[in-house]
Amino acid sequence: MARVELKQITKSFGILKAVHESDVVFEEGSFTTLLGPSGCGKTTILRMVSGLERPTGGDILIGGKRINDVPIHKRNLGLVFQNYALFPHRTIAENIAFGLKYRGVNKADAAQKVTEALDIVRLPGVEDRYPSQLSGGQQQRIAMARAIVIEPDVLLLDEPLSALDANLREEMRVELKSIQHRIGVTTIFVTHDQSEALAMSDKIIVMSDGRVEQVGAPAEVYNNPASVFVANFLGASNIVDVDVKGRGADTVTLDVPHFGAITLHADRATNLGDATRGKLVMRAEKLHLADGASPEGTVSTRGVVEAVDYQGQLARYFVRIGETRFQAMNMIDGVPFAEGAEVSVVLNPDDCSVLANEA
Amino acid sequence: MPDTATPIDKRPLVLLTPAFIAITALVVIPMSFILVYSFYENVDLAVDRVAFQFGNWQALFSDNYYHSAIWKTLRISVVVTVLAAVLGYLPAYFIAMTTFRHKWLLLLLLILPFWVSFIIRTLSWIHILGNQGALNGLFLWLGLTDEPLQMMFSEFSVMVGLIHVFLPYMILNIYVSLEGIDRNLEPAARTLGATPWQAFREVTLPLSLPGLAAGSLLVFVLTGGSYVTPLILGGPSDFLFGNLIYDAVVTELNWPMGATLSFTLLVLLGSVVILYSRFMGLNQLSKAFG
Repeated sequence: MARVELKQITKSFGILKAVHESDVVFEEGSFTTLLGPSGCGKTTILRMVSGLERPTGGDILIGGKRINDVPIHKRNLGLVFQNYALFPHRTIAENIAFGLKYRGVNKADAAQKVTEALDIVRLPGVEDRYPSQLSGGQQQRIAMARAIVIEPDVLLLDEPLSALDANLREEMRVELKSIQHRIGVTTIFVTHDQSEALAMSDKIIVMSDGRVEQVGAPAEVYNNPASVFVANFLGASNIVDVDVKGRGADTVTLDVPHFGAITLHADRATNLGDATRGKLVMRAEKLHLADGASPEGTVSTRGVVEAVDYQGQLARYFVRIGETRFQAMNMIDGVPFAEGAEVSVVLNPDDCSVLANEA
Repeated sequence: MPDTATPIDKRPLVLLTPAFIAITALVVIPMSFILVYSFYENVDLAVDRVAFQFGNWQALFSDNYYHSAIWKTLRISVVVTVLAAVLGYLPAYFIAMTTFRHKWLLLLLLILPFWVSFIIRTLSWIHILGNQGALNGLFLWLGLTDEPLQMMFSEFSVMVGLIHVFLPYMILNIYVSLEGIDRNLEPAARTLGATPWQAFREVTLPLSLPGLAAGSLLVFVLTGGSYVTPLILGGPSDFLFGNLIYDAVVTELNWPMGATLSFTLLVLLGSVVILYSRFMGLNQLSKAFG
């Protein structure tokens, strides 16, 4: 277990800069997610930590020691690949014990550790099978067992769930997190899936175009996106330009088109700074459509449902308010609204956050 | 009641028929003729008497000249195969692992020699290894020797020629099996603590064995059956078993003996293939051939 620190790390491939000067910290024992669309540099950072890629500039520190020049096989890291990368010509036991023989573990101890690792990933008794005889989810567990059995300083997970089907993915998500919790290893998890990131992480690092956009706990990143990119990448958001009308001791009052004046707690305006113009982020799932009067403490306006994307327990509505199209994601209570329905669109100011307009 | 009996699928049979016909007409029937011919008696140059006698086979089994030719052919085939495997692995590995964007160019380079006649490619070694050849010219110019080294028309030059001609087969086979290996396996081994060499030995090498085995079998059989290369590049004593067949049929016009020797070579090389597939598994070969 160790803290991982990247100082002014950069990586260029020819003229393409995959990672711009970034400072990133992965706290000891934490589960940190690098989140972003493909090509944002998240995998490059993981590969630089693992040693599979050399940084163009900057330092990588694991447990306070600079490891830029330490070869891959001496870094003591556990890496789980997206496609598992199990050795097809070796049995499951040999796969898991692979890293142990380079650590001078004798055969009896290795067999013991293999059994323990299989218990941790809840797949006992498959020692003598070959990877091809296991399902995708089982291979994923074996890859995990192979990575943790060597007691790595850092566990690196490169989109380990994306090759699984949807149901298994959610199951493994819980499983993976609980394994990490039990062994307490510093974990760096790379994904482009926002729900995986929100569900599993202690801390999320959102990246875009080779730059860190925001760092924070899941709720923080979700509730207080630091940029339009983050607001849109973590769920669907409605973003409108707003003027700052006034500031209280710990409140900010904004003039929102259609909705009128709303007052936010200063906590939700940390990314506004001193700006006089801002961008209000209204999460699609926080915009409620209603027939009747709006509850106390909310603001509302009238709109017309233009399209309905029915998803079973949820419906995504596209609502026209004036000239603007808003998205609203609501639980279906009774019958969903039909296309063309006139509805009132209700917003609780406490569910919004605001950014400076420049962001 | 619905009819639950599955009708026999005739498609595999239909698809296999052309191959069966071709093998029967072009291999089984001609080889049967050759077997029959081996019992005929050669009376004079190109004059055979229809008979059923074992004179030719007796000559084969009793004459040491033939035995030594068989051993020599086996020995040269083994040496050529091993050298081709060692020499072929490196370029195959390089082509498979290179990040060079135009990989097809490298593969084209491998196939390019096939556009030049095999005879001409073989003859070209005379200009390289001969007394007035490029190598001797270089050695003399560098002052490494005072007189040309005798390299041509020896077992050495025969092996060089054979390796040169058969190397592409080896490289392509190894390349195909290397290409099929998951690119993440070596990095996975590395992160688990293996040095680059250990990762290669534990992961890449064993997984490329099917290709290595297929290439080796191909080169072994091709070498065992060759006769033109020793004819062009070898001295009077550097003959392979194939040359004995050539001499019997073309020079001595003794077709019954030629038939006996041909059938012997078929049985010998056929046994190698059968033994090989028994121990390596034919499915391994089919994997390597893709």
